Amino acid sequence: MLIDWIIFLGLALVAIASGLGLLLSKNAIYAALNLIVNFTAIAIFYLVLAAPFIALAQVAVYAGAIMVLFLFVIMLLGAERLGGASTLRWQRPLAVVLALILIAETALVFINRSGAAAPIGAVSADFGSPAAIGESLFSAYLLPFEVISVLLLAAMVGAIVLTRKREQKA
Amino acid sequence: MTPIQYYTALSAILFTIGALGVLTRRNAIIVFMSVELMLNSANLAFVAFARSFQSISGQVFVFFVMAVAAAEVAVGLALIVAIFRTKHNINIDQINSLRG
Repeated sequence: MLIDWIIFLGLALVAIASGLGLLLSKNAIYAALNLIVNFTAIAIFYLVLAAPFIALAQVAVYAGAIMVLFLFVIMLLGAERLGGASTLRWQRPLAVVLALILIAETALVFINRSGAAAPIGAVSADFGSPAAIGESLFSAYLLPFEVISVLLLAAMVGAIVLTRKREQKA
Repeated sequence: MTPIQYYTALSAILFTIGALGVLTRRNAIIVFMSVELMLNSANLAFVAFARSFQSISGQVFVFFVMAVAAAEVAVGLALIVAIFRTKHNINIDQINSLRG
């Protein structure tokens, strides 16, 4: 029991600290590295929550592919320090106030509605395994799976069309 | 096993940090990364509830969210590169006209 709490609190601290690092870092490269730490911490949460396939997909897709793409574009554009202060002076204080309201309301719901902490039953050994996910994916969720494949194809074509150099000016 | 409420609370905190990043940062790439943080906090809530209700559907939905996020990042970064080529700037306060 104690080891569960140590793992949860340690990882939660890492996740929140790296999230704040993303929020506050001036350099976009540091922000991206903070986000990678955050994704890795959440991948370990997935392992604790009996989702090994999702955890490895998180490391491979998010911390791997997506963040490499981000770092590549940051370095390609030389955009490490672009984007200074906002032109609207009231925007930053207003954003902080809105975020405080959001977190206060969440805390209110958390305190009022959570009640007694329900014990979580044990799951079978193959819960969240690639075989179990695949079986669900290719039976109950076959149509969304196919739609997602079309979406990925459209995104790929769109990205190529957007970044292609134009031969003649229209 | 840590109660599921604590995972939802952590997810809410991460979502708020992401929302704050979208509202305060002006660099378009950092705004994108904050959106990724928000998607990820929603994924954490999905997986926590999948564990709580012992249903595999939550994990399948996380898989779909990851695919949509990958598509979004590919198109979004391509848009940022295209905008940078014409305007030489990715400050989202400067990008306020649809004309190139």
